[in-house]
Amino acid sequence: MHVVIVGNGITGVTAARFVRKHSDHRITIISGESDFHYARTALMYIYMGDMRYEDTKPYADDFWTRNRINLVRGYASRVDADSREVHLASGEVVRYDRLLLATGSRPNRFGWQGEHALGVQGLYGLEDLAEMENATRDIDSAVVVGGGLVGVEMAEMLSSGGIPVTFLVREEHYMDYLLSTQESELVEAAIRAHGVRLELEAELDLVETDSAGRASGVLLKDGRRMPAQFIGLAVGVRPNTDLASTSGLDTGRGILIDSAFMTSAEGVFAAGDCAEFRSPVAGRKAVEQLWYTGRSHGRQVAAGLLGAPADYAPPLFFNSAKFFDLEYQTYGVVEPVPADGQADRVFSDGARLIRIVYREGDGAVVGVNALGVRLRQNVWSHWIRTGESLDAVLRDFDRSLFDPEFSTRLEVAV
Amino acid sequence: MSDRLDPTLALASGPPEESRRVPTVLAGLALLFMAVFLFGVFPFNHPSVLVAAIGLLASAAVLADRPSGDAMSGSRLGKSLVFGGLALGLLALLGLWRIVPDWILLTVSTGAVCAGTIILARARYGSGPAGIRNHGVYNTPMLRRGGAAWIAAVVLTGFYVLLYWFPQSLEGLIRTMDPVSYTIRGAAADQWFMYGTLYSLAVLVMGIRALYRYRHDRYQRWRTVSVILAQGVLAYLIPQILVAFNEPEFYFSYFWPLKPEYLWPGDFGNGWIWDHPGRLGRFMVIWGAVMAFVAVPILTYFFGKRWYCSWVCGCGCLAETAGDPYRHLADSSVRSWQIERWMIHGVLVLVTIGTVVLWVNSAMEGGLLGSFSGGFARVYGFVFGSVWAGVIGVGFYPLMGARVWCRFGCPQAAILGLIQRFFSRFRITTNGGQCISCGNCTTYCEMGIDVRWYAQRGQNIVRASCVGCGMCASVCPRGVLKLENSKQEGRFNGPVLITSDEVDVMAEDWAASVSWK
Repeated sequence: MHVVIVGNGITGVTAARFVRKHSDHRITIISGESDFHYARTALMYIYMGDMRYEDTKPYADDFWTRNRINLVRGYASRVDADSREVHLASGEVVRYDRLLLATGSRPNRFGWQGEHALGVQGLYGLEDLAEMENATRDIDSAVVVGGGLVGVEMAEMLSSGGIPVTFLVREEHYMDYLLSTQESELVEAAIRAHGVRLELEAELDLVETDSAGRASGVLLKDGRRMPAQFIGLAVGVRPNTDLASTSGLDTGRGILIDSAFMTSAEGVFAAGDCAEFRSPVAGRKAVEQLWYTGRSHGRQVAAGLLGAPADYAPPLFFNSAKFFDLEYQTYGVVEPVPADGQADRVFSDGARLIRIVYREGDGAVVGVNALGVRLRQNVWSHWIRTGESLDAVLRDFDRSLFDPEFSTRLEVAV
Repeated sequence: MSDRLDPTLALASGPPEESRRVPTVLAGLALLFMAVFLFGVFPFNHPSVLVAAIGLLASAAVLADRPSGDAMSGSRLGKSLVFGGLALGLLALLGLWRIVPDWILLTVSTGAVCAGTIILARARYGSGPAGIRNHGVYNTPMLRRGGAAWIAAVVLTGFYVLLYWFPQSLEGLIRTMDPVSYTIRGAAADQWFMYGTLYSLAVLVMGIRALYRYRHDRYQRWRTVSVILAQGVLAYLIPQILVAFNEPEFYFSYFWPLKPEYLWPGDFGNGWIWDHPGRLGRFMVIWGAVMAFVAVPILTYFFGKRWYCSWVCGCGCLAETAGDPYRHLADSSVRSWQIERWMIHGVLVLVTIGTVVLWVNSAMEGGLLGSFSGGFARVYGFVFGSVWAGVIGVGFYPLMGARVWCRFGCPQAAILGLIQRFFSRFRITTNGGQCISCGNCTTYCEMGIDVRWYAQRGQNIVRASCVGCGMCASVCPRGVLKLENSKQEGRFNGPVLITSDEVDVMAEDWAASVSWK
């Protein structure tokens, strides 16, 4: 039994580890990006000089041989599902019994004029990082477009290098599709504290270029112009479906999969950023593109690769981020404004914030946002799953704190 | 897209090096000053030259840890003081010492370098938003084993070689400490007083830097205050004041096996403290014994080895302050972990055998070792106390990080580590499945623990070597790690993400079974 995985990101690698854990199958991981798995989450730290590339590898290089996971460097160009073969760009052919496509995603571009000029790019992988390092050498100013997590990271990267950054966010408030206004304002303050010029309700119209084809500035829809030699595009990512579609697999926004990660071709699975559920689990998206969901997919698709496909059973939703110095955690379902029948309680000292969302009827907590406060995942998962009441949660709140010792405690009055 | 240059290789060559030649030049000058001092004839072997070399090195280190891009506004005074202090060293070299007394020159130049360093640290870390700033560490030669780092290692090691084997070459420097020495302990300075003064000063000055650098983190602040006081009071002022009162130069923060002579049988070393006139000597011996055999296990049970290694111990004090810029240089490979375990436990076995042999020998009134008795004790103290802890421990800061001695050679760390590993409430808790495998924790662990290996499995970190500095928890961008003293139950929680198909399934059991605080 030969399990072949295309993509050595967190999904592919997690799947491989679980297949190895539970079987003696031959395992091969094909990657065009890098020889070894590295932490995509750490790209920004390489750029800022906090770490070297080799420090971002979660497993030592001999881990793969010790665990008999064969690594192949190359781009998969086509899958022949009938003869169960993966064809690489190099001409090499890899036969498989079960195949996982974990090809990830790539930064969105929305057809702006000048979006392919030199100095205009997104940030997803090592190639982007190398490009960004080259493109931001000796520049006077930069613009980052897009109000998500990668946008803040790019803004931090650039400003850490002393480059004046303008951060264009389309929404009225930063990430207001996830955060309450009060939460957004805390994050906005954290961003501005670092000298980043944050422009809300600012939309990119086009990228201006110089005669050499390099980006020279941006024009906003409101007519404003800003000079910039680097334009970071952080307006979301879209699934890499090229390999699947050229191989005749069903694709939509992503590679279409059933609830057990199976594509339209027998023996071929897809998971992670690149996959799209035909019928998503209630309350979840059809395309899940977080690092944590990628890991979760990888763990669960392993069942299918082991010959016992199982329906995706996602853990309680959680996510985390860091906006410059401000840490963010969220557990459960937290809407910017509580849904009908829900309410929220907010505790803040002006620099930190906790927002607990609960059902109005029985007071059962359904989710929490934390800014500048660390919460225990285990405790909050337990509370949300068992529908612990808000009163009980507030009484026991200290049990859920994960802040370092000696930290001052955020007051949560019952 | 597929036919591009291998980006892995492109990145391996490192990010663009900005104009960071100044630290290298300063470190090079330090080497030059050291050489002038060593091989120079009168008047070029004036002690100010050596102080200038050490100051150059310190300022190179301080300048090197500039977070890239941060405006250096307000730091002009700091720079002027640092360079002014160095210039004074130069002037001394050129004959100023003929006009102005040594000790004034030295106090002013050392003071200027210290004040300048503090002002620079304040400008760098004390203003603007507070947070972890490790940016640019790997673009800086001084911090990534570049030329400046090698020069710094040579100068530091050179200083220790002089200190241990050629103290007479430091005579001038030692004499300039006389005013301080007479004030504190009523006697002339010797090489160890000079060394202790510089050491404590380094802990103080770089400790203040750490206070600015980690001002957002109360654990780091309290810990830094502790190391400054532990070194300054327990390991400097009290022993020296004891000397002033004609008592033994006793360090209350060290005990067996770091200070074997505190338990030594009476007829070895420089006499036995127990036999010292008055009751204080007896108190000291009892204190040492109680600390070594009662307090160490109890405190380590409740708090882990950190109560000593990163809060009290003098080696830890220097590592956590002057060594702070070099945390990332500790090798975190499995191989270095293997070497570490063999070496540190080997040292512990040797030390224990040595102690037993000496006690038996004493009981037999020298019958076991004969005329070699005294020599054994001295060799022991010299090898473990001096060569290892000083030359390799501090000399290698810029190359292997600040905890070389603590990882590979310290018998006290070995004992504390065994207790911590098998009989303690201390652990670093991993916050469920929150780890994003970025590697900041592993990179900045000064003990070379691959923290991420545990964190990304959802596993708590229970390791003998962990000194509990808390830096992994500080640098983690997702707040995944927390140092805790809690019930032993659930301490080894197993790799949740590996053995369980679902972290939250595990969470149910965990949350139900755990008894809070």
